[in-house]
Amino acid sequence: MELNLLIGGAAGQGMETIMNLLGKSLVREGFGIIYSKDYMSRVRGGHNFSRLRIAPGTPWSNVETVDILVALNEETYFLHRENLAPSARIIYDPQDFNLPEQESRGVPVELKSLAEEAGGKVMANTVAVGALLVLMGLETNTVESLLEDTFAGKEGAVEKNIAALQSGYDAAASYCSACFTLPPRNESGKKLFIDGNQVLGMSALASGCRFLSAYPMTPSTGVMNYLAAKSTDYPLVVEQAEDEVAAINMALGAAYTGVRSLTCTSGGGFSLMVEGLSLAGMTETPLVIIVAMRPGPATGFPTRTEQGDLNFVIHGGHGEFPRAVLSATSQEDAFYRLNKAFALADRYQTPVIFLSDQNFADTHRSVEPFDFSRLNYDLALAGEGEFEKPYKRYRASKNGVSPRILPGEHAGEVVLIDSDEHDEQGNITESAEVRRMMAEKRMRKLQGLAEEMDEPDLYGDPHPEVLLVGWGSNYGVLREAVDALSEAGIKTAMLHYSDIYPLPVQRLQELLGEVKKSYCVENNATGQLAGLIRRETGLQIGGLILKYDGRPFLPREIVEEVENDL
Amino acid sequence: MTCKAEDYLTGKTAWCPGCGNFAIRKALAEALAELEIPSHEIIIFSGIGQAAKMPHYIKTNGFNGLHGRALPPAVGSRAANKELKVIVESGDGDSYGEGGNHFIHNIRRNPDIAHFVHNNQVYGLTKGQASPTSDPGMQTGVQVTGVSIPPLNPLSLALTMGSGFIARSFSGEKEHLKETMKEAINFPGYALVDILQPCVSFNKVNTFGWYKQRVYYPEIEDHYDWNNAMALTRQWGDRIPLGIFYKSPRMTFESSQLVLEGEPLVRRPFDPSRMASLQDEFY
Repeated sequence: MELNLLIGGAAGQGMETIMNLLGKSLVREGFGIIYSKDYMSRVRGGHNFSRLRIAPGTPWSNVETVDILVALNEETYFLHRENLAPSARIIYDPQDFNLPEQESRGVPVELKSLAEEAGGKVMANTVAVGALLVLMGLETNTVESLLEDTFAGKEGAVEKNIAALQSGYDAAASYCSACFTLPPRNESGKKLFIDGNQVLGMSALASGCRFLSAYPMTPSTGVMNYLAAKSTDYPLVVEQAEDEVAAINMALGAAYTGVRSLTCTSGGGFSLMVEGLSLAGMTETPLVIIVAMRPGPATGFPTRTEQGDLNFVIHGGHGEFPRAVLSATSQEDAFYRLNKAFALADRYQTPVIFLSDQNFADTHRSVEPFDFSRLNYDLALAGEGEFEKPYKRYRASKNGVSPRILPGEHAGEVVLIDSDEHDEQGNITESAEVRRMMAEKRMRKLQGLAEEMDEPDLYGDPHPEVLLVGWGSNYGVLREAVDALSEAGIKTAMLHYSDIYPLPVQRLQELLGEVKKSYCVENNATGQLAGLIRRETGLQIGGLILKYDGRPFLPREIVEEVENDL
Repeated sequence: MTCKAEDYLTGKTAWCPGCGNFAIRKALAEALAELEIPSHEIIIFSGIGQAAKMPHYIKTNGFNGLHGRALPPAVGSRAANKELKVIVESGDGDSYGEGGNHFIHNIRRNPDIAHFVHNNQVYGLTKGQASPTSDPGMQTGVQVTGVSIPPLNPLSLALTMGSGFIARSFSGEKEHLKETMKEAINFPGYALVDILQPCVSFNKVNTFGWYKQRVYYPEIEDHYDWNNAMALTRQWGDRIPLGIFYKSPRMTFESSQLVLEGEPLVRRPFDPSRMASLQDEFY
């Protein structure tokens, strides 16, 4: 038992407003939901749409079927008609367009006129929400209280919006009242309604990040927006850099001086950052970089999703230096994992890349509240008495990590870091012996990082015949595919990587020999994780299930590929 | 506290004998000593080039970063700990060529940084190619028929962009250089000092003697006089003026960030478990 909504129209028609209002009120009512966006790289026009799915528990992925379609223009109806369920309903404004005569599922609601009567055309979206509520058999009170929260202090706005909501509700009631049955509400307490970028921003702030420098780039900009909005109330400076080169170098300056620092970008911006990434490795400066992937090469598909930059973030930057690559999986996992990225960066004094993508960044889910007491805030600095004087920034050590102090915090001691090869003090050197020593010291940190990596998450049949291997934002769709295949009688499990590099290999090595067939499922054209596994272990994943059209996987696509192959 | 210039000198220099960098280094050590700023309370940021080796030869905190990228980390550092004095030392290629975009935007940003550009009008470390400030006609191994494009005028550019402190000095006028550096370090905001210096190995045109014959000290009655400053920044050729051409403080990067009031960010205590209220807006 589930319900799937789709709202579509031209850019600028306010689909997001409807979905945010509806999504949040559904979560307040106790429903488990997922809501994702499909949008074009333009500010006006084109075709944008959002899907919202309500399912028992909390759904992990959206699906194609549409039960209620809100068509804000005619094109939306024709583009999504073939996915409409037989019992579907279509909310549309008959003053804008009419549905074909043979289409009997229409629910005409004069969105604009009703909004104007309530006090302004801008509230057409609120009218649409009212119509949606009555179709789902819900009362208006939760949305009303949300409108009160949203418009508190804006004179008349609450009353006008509630009037608009009610008029939409009444208009649709005569066509179809409670003609859909919703899945049961979740028993457990309050849930958050939050998207991937907001999770990452909140995690960064709660991890003690005090400096973000970035250049806006879709789909990473949401992190910057979140943190900028907080920078007036929390000890945090957000600086919009003149370019990504400046962004990463600014963050390195702040990190060197002693605060947890972050930069965020997408593939093209990361291309400009890789010289600075190499500098972070050489100077042993802690830094977290969020890379939210979109399809490349070059400008690619600016607003769409791909997992095409895994090889790039593992190998980007000249020279050899240690780094870790972690990824965003679910909203729940990402909150703690970005914190881990900060902790590793400080503990190993080296850059850590957090790999996100548009599918994760822009998708809202209903999730359990986070446990903030689990977060790490340890800059791993050497206190007075914990380092030898005179201080040497790059003092040799067994694990490659040198005691770190901050400039200005210890009278008489100075901290010198250098982009050139350097001696223990940080001074330029040309010595072959020192070079060897420093190269080995830096790379020893990779061993420590490898021990910190979590083994991939195993879900599904404990004795699987089919194994799906994935990473990053495909977690949810893979879970749904595993469930569907299991229901169809195919013993299936998934092995999902959140910590990707240095690659944890133990669980995969144990499992791969046991299964009849294995597949790597990736949003790219070449199977980059499969390639990494082969390089690191010599193991070959049996098959590749790849999608690189800029859209996220649907569970059905994975299930069909497996079934057709078996 | 008594500070001696010698206490700020460290390391074995790798510059050519006769290089203008020696005098600049000495002037900087003397300026720091006279201002009585302890070594550990200063950070020198630099890029890459002969001038950018300064953090290795002056005993302070140092961030010897990437070519052209000395200003961005200096800005980040100002946000993290505004109590430290920040100096940027780099050459003309680093500051005006590779780092041109950062140069422009940091004038707008106006962080409290003293920027000392060692301007020898040539690339030294890569052995003698033209720099953004090379005079037209200068022949090099790359500009084989002579530099054909006009030079970048850093001081005019900075003045046009609204920079609050603009000065020119010369490595051959050490006393003037030292005093100019002191004023730049004390100036609240971005202070640009373009320091003329000979490159004995690669610039056979703009030699020590060439500069020495031309530099002079104009009378500057009003440091707020933008038009007069612009005229001075544009003088080049037979006579080259030295001095602080313009000095007019304006809102700094640090003062525009309200969050930076009070303790430096680096010293503020933090406990993640007290941040759970961040979730409230998502219920």
